[in-house]
Amino acid sequence: MSAYIVRRLGYGLLVLIGVNLFTFWLFFKVNTPDDIARIQLGGKRVTADAIAKWKAERGYDKPLLFNSAAAGIEKVTDTIYFEKSASMFALRFGQSDDGRDIWYEIRTRAGPSLALQIPNFIIGLAVTVSFALLLALFRGSRFDFTSQILLVVMMSVSGLFYIIGGQYLFSKAWRLVPISGYDTLFDSFRFVILPVVIGVISGFAGSTRLYRTIFIEEVGRDYVRTARAKGLSELTVMFRHVLKNGMIPILTGVVVVIPTLFMGSLLFESFFGIPGLGSYTIEAIQSQDFGIVRSMVFIGTVLLVLGLIATDISYTFVDPRVRLE
Amino acid sequence: MNFSPVLLITDVLLWLLVFAVVGYVWYVRRHEHLLVPWLKVRQNPVAMICATVLVAYAAIGLADSLHFRTASGAPGRSQTGVEVRSVLDVLLGAALGPMAGKSEKTYSAPLAIYSFAKETVEKPGGGQAREFPRLTVGGAHLKNPGDRDGDIAWRGALGLAKGLVLFAVLNGALALWVGRKGGGPALAARAMWRGTTPAPWRPILVTLLLICLMACPAVALGSHYHLFGTDKVGQDVLTISLKSIRTGLVIGTLTTMVMLPFAVLLGLAAGYFRGWVDDVIVYLYTSLSSIPSVLLIAAAVLIVQVSIDNHQDLFPTTLQRADMRLLALCVILGATGWTGLCRLLRGEALKLRELDYIQAAQAFGVARLRILTRHMLPNVMHLVTINAVMDFSGMVLAEAVLSYVGVGVDPTTNSFGGMINAARFEMSRDPLVWWLLAAAFFFMLGLVLAANLFADAVQEAFDPRRVVRRARPRIFQRGPVGGMTEAAEDPRAPGGRPA
Repeated sequence: MSAYIVRRLGYGLLVLIGVNLFTFWLFFKVNTPDDIARIQLGGKRVTADAIAKWKAERGYDKPLLFNSAAAGIEKVTDTIYFEKSASMFALRFGQSDDGRDIWYEIRTRAGPSLALQIPNFIIGLAVTVSFALLLALFRGSRFDFTSQILLVVMMSVSGLFYIIGGQYLFSKAWRLVPISGYDTLFDSFRFVILPVVIGVISGFAGSTRLYRTIFIEEVGRDYVRTARAKGLSELTVMFRHVLKNGMIPILTGVVVVIPTLFMGSLLFESFFGIPGLGSYTIEAIQSQDFGIVRSMVFIGTVLLVLGLIATDISYTFVDPRVRLE
Repeated sequence: MNFSPVLLITDVLLWLLVFAVVGYVWYVRRHEHLLVPWLKVRQNPVAMICATVLVAYAAIGLADSLHFRTASGAPGRSQTGVEVRSVLDVLLGAALGPMAGKSEKTYSAPLAIYSFAKETVEKPGGGQAREFPRLTVGGAHLKNPGDRDGDIAWRGALGLAKGLVLFAVLNGALALWVGRKGGGPALAARAMWRGTTPAPWRPILVTLLLICLMACPAVALGSHYHLFGTDKVGQDVLTISLKSIRTGLVIGTLTTMVMLPFAVLLGLAAGYFRGWVDDVIVYLYTSLSSIPSVLLIAAAVLIVQVSIDNHQDLFPTTLQRADMRLLALCVILGATGWTGLCRLLRGEALKLRELDYIQAAQAFGVARLRILTRHMLPNVMHLVTINAVMDFSGMVLAEAVLSYVGVGVDPTTNSFGGMINAARFEMSRDPLVWWLLAAAFFFMLGLVLAANLFADAVQEAFDPRRVVRRARPRIFQRGPVGGMTEAAEDPRAPGGRPA
């Protein structure tokens, strides 16, 4: 087991190095720092001096991969790749375009992101699994049929409409909660409740449909027939047998998103004005702050790799048949 | 008038795709194993209703994909300032008259005859007053503003009557076509309505009737009022919505076309060749799918944007530049979205290569490339078909989100995302500017719902046993729980070979 984890971590590191090189290529080779400087400084009539100054301020005036002018180890370390890309492995992300430390921002903004994401995750999972089980219990009935149609319709509505509609109804028309904003971690309840409710609703249809099919697949299995043959009631069969076994693919499926909860949600945070990592990312994208985008790509990848490893490990916890070797 | 066609890249690709689909249909008709599942789709009434709706959308989108430019004035004069128009623009111009395009100053509500914003107007007797001015063209034919309601009701009723007539004509034409092989149109029409034809014609006809009953009043009203109001710069929202359809279709279809070659080639190669090929490909898709996809897409789009901005001289018109951006978005979405299907196909190929008929082909000394194309590919095509159909709706939804994030289509391109985005900035306004949202909602829901239901039917016909597991890219999940990530869809046995 531990050998397996070590191997998976090694592979994850390999993936990270690949991603790191890929983003470096994307951000520095496809577009040279000159190109980016020209766009940032505004169009065609930018002098070479201005570009050189812009690059020097940000440390982009070095060779990309190999510095033949420097001596010794500095030949490799005094380069853009080493300072801007490889340094991210040591959690040194540098500064954003407005001069703030990116790592500090990331640490302070993870809290609000989690305050939104954790309730959303837990409530969402509970609600969708219960409803899916209910549908599986009444499978084939008129209730099941109408719900399925409703779910497809709900799935076909863009998430943006849920947010805009929810904000309009709850905040503007009924004035139940503030429209957007944030407070310190424990006073932020009234700000977080609406995005959580809307988040659960907008993610409801897709997950419920998926979980329903998982439960229905379980219902058709032999052990369920055996349980019925023993004379167990339908409710006992559903809760004792189907729910337990259906939860295996469901739980292992959601494990991967747990680490990425840190990343926040782009849409919800920017619509509700929550100062988390999602809105940080979206602001960086909109102001073309490549330093932040690079850092977020890196962190997101780290978290996702961890999530994938956690998924494989979680199989062994919920499913005793699985052994990792 | 000087008339010359303008070939945008996405236009060409879209039409090539249409020919490819026609070719596929022709191919399917000659191959029993493909014909059977498609006949099953044809027997599904819901699928046929959706197909009818999708055909209507596709017709609008394709009419918007035939561009040409007309230069008025003497030939030989400079071409600057000439307008590139599409066939849809011409049709809209003919149907809606002065309403199509930009005709007002700013917002106006649906079917309004007054502007949404107050303006300072000169009083005839001297002096000024703040009031809502009449619209320039919307409802301009009304002498007396009080006649509005009656006029709307009258035109709406007239439109409904026209819709019924149009439907009768369409029904007659279809009956002629169905009855061409014997029986004649009268018998065919009766059979179609009774549901005794092999294809479920009755639901199709009802859908057509509904479409006629919506389209004709829309034209009747839309030619004298702004049916869905106008946007911030006074453009007719109905026109914008219809022109947004093309963007949605382009993103939904071309993305899949970019994605499929990657997924199919790499997936089959990894599963069939094993060894280092497999290792490299698995590493590739693991790395690519480890990057959160919104960020990957955003990064790629930002980079492409910088490239386009730095090479503006390559694109003579803004339309061509916007078109390039749209194509780039499709390529990026495709190049980042192939990992899910690739993983699925690799697993399938690993299973297939151990089967007797592949082993037999190998024993006979069939070339490896031929085994791949002749024996493996046809046996995973059902998965490819299902995925291609399923991805469509996801991409249309993704466009809206990406436009919101700021990495979507060019701001000059009409798109549903752009409409939602524009409306969002007016959320704090009172009274609310709701019609942009309503129009985007209505047209998007129609397209995506039809695509979703059609995809379900295709999936059921091609692979009834497989659990519905949508291999959607991660950006389309709405909440953290909404939509499973690839791990959940991983066909590998748990605890198997580490990916």
